Amino acid sequence: MELKNINSVEELSKIKDDTYNKIKIRFSEDNEDKILEKELKKYHILVCSGTGCVSSRGNMVRERLEKEIRKRKLEERVKVFKTGCFGFCKLGPIIMIHPDETFYIKVEPQDVDNILTNHIVKGERVEKLLYKSPTLNQFVENMNEIDFFNNQMRIALRNCGVINPEDITEYIAMDGYKALGDILTNKTPPKDIIDNVKKSGLRGRGGGGFSTGRKWEYALSYDGERKFVLCNADEGDPGAFMDRSILEGDPHSVIEAMIIAGYTINSNQGYVYVRAEYPIAVERLEIAIEQARKTGLLGNNILGSDFSFDLDLKLGAGAFVCGEETALIQSAMGLRGEPRPRPPFPAEVGLWEMPTLNNNVETFANIPIILRKGGDWYASIGTEKSKGTKVFALAGQINNTGLIEVPMGTSLRTIIYEIGGGIHDNKRFKAAQTGGPSGGCIPEELLDTKIDFESLSDIGSMMGSGGLIIMDETDCMLDISRFYLEFAQDESCGKCVPCSIGTKRILEILERISKGEGQMEDLEILEDLCYDVKDSSLCGLGQTAPNPILSTLKFFKDEYIAHIKEKTCPAGVCNNLLKVVISDEKCVSCGICARVCPVNAITGEQKKSPFHIHQDVCIKCCACIPKCPVDAIYKA
Amino acid sequence: MENKTSEQIKQQDQTVTINIDGQDYEVHKNLSLLEAARTVSIEIPSLCYLKEINEIGTCRVCVVEVEGSRNLQASCVYPVVDGLKVRTNTDRVLRARRTAVTLLLSNHHRECLTCIRNLNCELQNASDNLGIRNIPFTGEMQDYGFHDNNPAIQRDYNKCIGCRRCMAICNKIQECYVYSPLNRGLNTVIAPAFQKDLSEVSCIMCGQCVLACPTASLSEKEHINEVRRVLADPEKHVVVQTAPSIQVTLGEMFGMPIGSFVAGKMITALKRLGFDKVFATDMTADLTIIEEGSELMARVLHEPQKLPLLSSCCPGWVKYAEHFYPEFLPHLSTTKSPHEMCGALTKTWYAQKYDIDPAKIINVGIMPCTAKKYEAARPEMQSDGYRNVDYVLTTRELGRMIRQNGLDFVNLSDGKYDEPFDQYSGAGMIFGATGGVLEAAVRTAHKLITGDEMSVPDYEDARGQSGLKYGTVQLGDRKITIVIAHGTGNAKKALDMFKSGEKKFDYMEVMACPGGCVGGGGQPILGGRDHKHISLSYRHNRADALYNIDKESKIRRSHENQRVKQIYDEFLGEPLSDIADKYLHTSYVKRGQHPYMHKEKPYEGYKETD
Repeated sequence: MELKNINSVEELSKIKDDTYNKIKIRFSEDNEDKILEKELKKYHILVCSGTGCVSSRGNMVRERLEKEIRKRKLEERVKVFKTGCFGFCKLGPIIMIHPDETFYIKVEPQDVDNILTNHIVKGERVEKLLYKSPTLNQFVENMNEIDFFNNQMRIALRNCGVINPEDITEYIAMDGYKALGDILTNKTPPKDIIDNVKKSGLRGRGGGGFSTGRKWEYALSYDGERKFVLCNADEGDPGAFMDRSILEGDPHSVIEAMIIAGYTINSNQGYVYVRAEYPIAVERLEIAIEQARKTGLLGNNILGSDFSFDLDLKLGAGAFVCGEETALIQSAMGLRGEPRPRPPFPAEVGLWEMPTLNNNVETFANIPIILRKGGDWYASIGTEKSKGTKVFALAGQINNTGLIEVPMGTSLRTIIYEIGGGIHDNKRFKAAQTGGPSGGCIPEELLDTKIDFESLSDIGSMMGSGGLIIMDETDCMLDISRFYLEFAQDESCGKCVPCSIGTKRILEILERISKGEGQMEDLEILEDLCYDVKDSSLCGLGQTAPNPILSTLKFFKDEYIAHIKEKTCPAGVCNNLLKVVISDEKCVSCGICARVCPVNAITGEQKKSPFHIHQDVCIKCCACIPKCPVDAIYKA
Repeated sequence: MENKTSEQIKQQDQTVTINIDGQDYEVHKNLSLLEAARTVSIEIPSLCYLKEINEIGTCRVCVVEVEGSRNLQASCVYPVVDGLKVRTNTDRVLRARRTAVTLLLSNHHRECLTCIRNLNCELQNASDNLGIRNIPFTGEMQDYGFHDNNPAIQRDYNKCIGCRRCMAICNKIQECYVYSPLNRGLNTVIAPAFQKDLSEVSCIMCGQCVLACPTASLSEKEHINEVRRVLADPEKHVVVQTAPSIQVTLGEMFGMPIGSFVAGKMITALKRLGFDKVFATDMTADLTIIEEGSELMARVLHEPQKLPLLSSCCPGWVKYAEHFYPEFLPHLSTTKSPHEMCGALTKTWYAQKYDIDPAKIINVGIMPCTAKKYEAARPEMQSDGYRNVDYVLTTRELGRMIRQNGLDFVNLSDGKYDEPFDQYSGAGMIFGATGGVLEAAVRTAHKLITGDEMSVPDYEDARGQSGLKYGTVQLGDRKITIVIAHGTGNAKKALDMFKSGEKKFDYMEVMACPGGCVGGGGQPILGGRDHKHISLSYRHNRADALYNIDKESKIRRSHENQRVKQIYDEFLGEPLSDIADKYLHTSYVKRGQHPYMHKEKPYEGYKETD
């Protein structure tokens, strides 16, 4: 691909038109063209190249496709592209064939032959690779007919799964860099840009939920020798991966937003602080920056204007606390990643003591489209105080796991039962956990809560970066709290007392209770300590770390009490409180369980008497349970 | 009338009105909430806060309720703004404070009764003030052990509360960068890289971290028992020398006001402790001036390439130069410190004069300094095979020893120093404050170069507590540029400017500790009860006391000290003579910085001379 310097908006729109014509078979709106393309039998095969699908051998599928296409001399009419995450990660690797809009799931490298022979050459769909709707019990050919995508509204993820993230011209074809071009040509006053962002009602998507427009306004109001634009791509919540997906699927949207932010606050240098554990995102960002530099969209005199801006990457080592903006700034400067008290805020004293604007990836990804379509358009979506859409990472005991984007105000019920396809194995829903280690658990009676920043914090949880984990009757809420506390305790930077020592003490109390050694008064100490840690910690990590406990104490206190008083774990999770037993009636004396037991705790005579587990030897690894052919082993 | 209005406007500009606990107060702006509250007699407890040095808000003991803020705010880092409304003692605030201190205690090796900081510990006070009666949390405690493989400073990691005051003073004031946080969460420990001992990193042993430490996590290495052992040995002739600044600080150990002059009581106490002779290091300070002044004159007149001359009487500063500025070592005056001179002379001149076997003489230094413990252990510091100084006790250790012996210090009668180290000039006294050495040297250099006495012996520019000062001195027809630095960070600034050619100078006095010896790492630690003094501000009171004594003394110039003349007549001959060179001058080594430290012989404790 040869990239030339783009010197004006006219040149930009020429590239847009040229490229759009090349990729328009991917869009169903242009029906006429589509039929034409079909007659010519041209195909675009988009292979998901997000981390999820790459891990399930999506790369091999793509390479095999390319190889076979060359071999069969189909290059002229079939083209293979990388694309960003579709979101339905559970069913990866995913490929999408345009113009038929066929959505193939769980594609293995050996399926390539089948796809090429049947779909491309014969024009027949490969049924076994199609998505089968569990509700209708039939194959669904088209992506838009799948429940999972039905209730979604993709704004931040608009280009993921649509364009090739490694080609800047495809981004330009989707009106990319148009917002920037307009601003630079019209010399839009920064105040107007800020007003537009303010009007959109966009709030920080990293978890804080602070008004983005106001943040930009503050950053503009402080003068400095140099000023910086910083992008927080240090996504640390366990289970959340929307920032990664945006960077992998649409890196230019973030770059464009950062250039605009630079123009607005009068900064000429930006940094993306991205974790080194995201190698694909880092690679795509590097490619994107390189291409933007080649086309003059980064560097001096962007699009022939007198505005200059450049961007560099800062790799983080993956400390959760570095998602906190002051800690992130420390880390980006090469220092130990630790927060400092605010005020002064980074908008005044940030990178190298200079005014710094810091926004999250998802926030930035929304900016170009807001400026293109107007703040009013964005503000028309969502609830009164939370506008637009939010990306959630859906995980846990739910049928459809993956990445979804829904308008603010969508109810949890819609997300779980319509998009998510309900609870796995038809088990009973117990709780939804939002906000990762900083959030809380939401019980069944609050399932109709319309999700936005306020409603979530009102019920003791928080939006966070958008992790959404669904738990069913087999999850122990005490164990869940313990897991999150362990995480927070492990990730505490060690600077302030309540967080570094407090989280450890909380964890110790939880561990005591989960072992059956708790006292009722522990609950009181626990609750008090949680409130104090929340109230007096230095940064967001400590201030939110007790949330999982406080919310489970509020909604699931009976489970805590069962652990303390009855010394049982109702969900059968806490190892120290459960016994693994073999039912004498069911046992067929096959002895398989005895063979898998790692500590030889199971004895019995084959084909004679029922087998028996010696409780003093058993380590409760439960390895025997799934091995039993007659389900005779159970937890008690 | 007009004047008054502008005055009022000015007043308005500089103050803001804030509301604390329901009452309005006018306070200076640019203050933190904690400092502002102090000005109106509201004491907010704190542990990590050290005025102007460590303002990081980590202990969370100083939290207050700020109206409009969701969480409690650390008052030590919260700026006052007009109309601010705070509550400093609601239940919520007190509970959070208590929880913070309780959490610290739950991770603290609570050995108060046998702790070196018992009754002078900020954590202990905080716990008492907050009325903590039980610690409901039991759990894992970190055990990072105890490090003391050096002669001066011991680190008990298990008493560290992670306040980072040591690190702040070491990085910001001394610029030695010894400490940094290691590990994360509960495992965080403030320590030298890889938790090495202080002897293995570029630590200058100044002991400022000891002064900064709110608990006993950092303390001087105690040598009281060693000293008691030699005192009990009838074979030994134990002499003690006291540094100039001790005389104005020892009283603080017994509740006397800052700046009390207690030389007489101290001498009596030392004699009652069993020392055979009590000597004044001030006298050898005069001797140092003669030697260093002669060196300055020689360099000005004959070896201008070896200018600037850098003073060498501060062992912390000497070690700093050895670590960080080895290229300046030839500029360092070769003159030993007064303390080592006294040691050298007791084992030589004094031994001969009074016919005592030098092997039986034990010289104990009472110093305001932890680095002196290190200096005494340096291999260069010996004369004819005998250690110049055998043991060094800090002011604090002497205070403890006096208490242990049950002496009613405040009511002791005044004693007198013993011959022949008894007379000293005012110039020798002011060694104990920053600028003092330089001032004393200038008084004498003036005489040496011009032949005349300096008409006004008070050289004002050298005083006061500003960290780095430049000045010029007219010595006859020669004008020399002088620099006074205290806090090695300031010396670094001066030397960097010299290297870059930005500022040239001929003579620099450096005291490693801010304020000079009166602020030394071995001085009484204030602040246990009296939080207001957790700053460096008390140091000028001590320094003023020294200058006042100088002003009142009859002899104010070192070269007028009759004892100094006597030593030259009887023993040394003349300044910079061969004998003087042998006993009163020393050499330096390049040490490098971690991890490129030059190999050094590990410390093996004080050598027993018998």
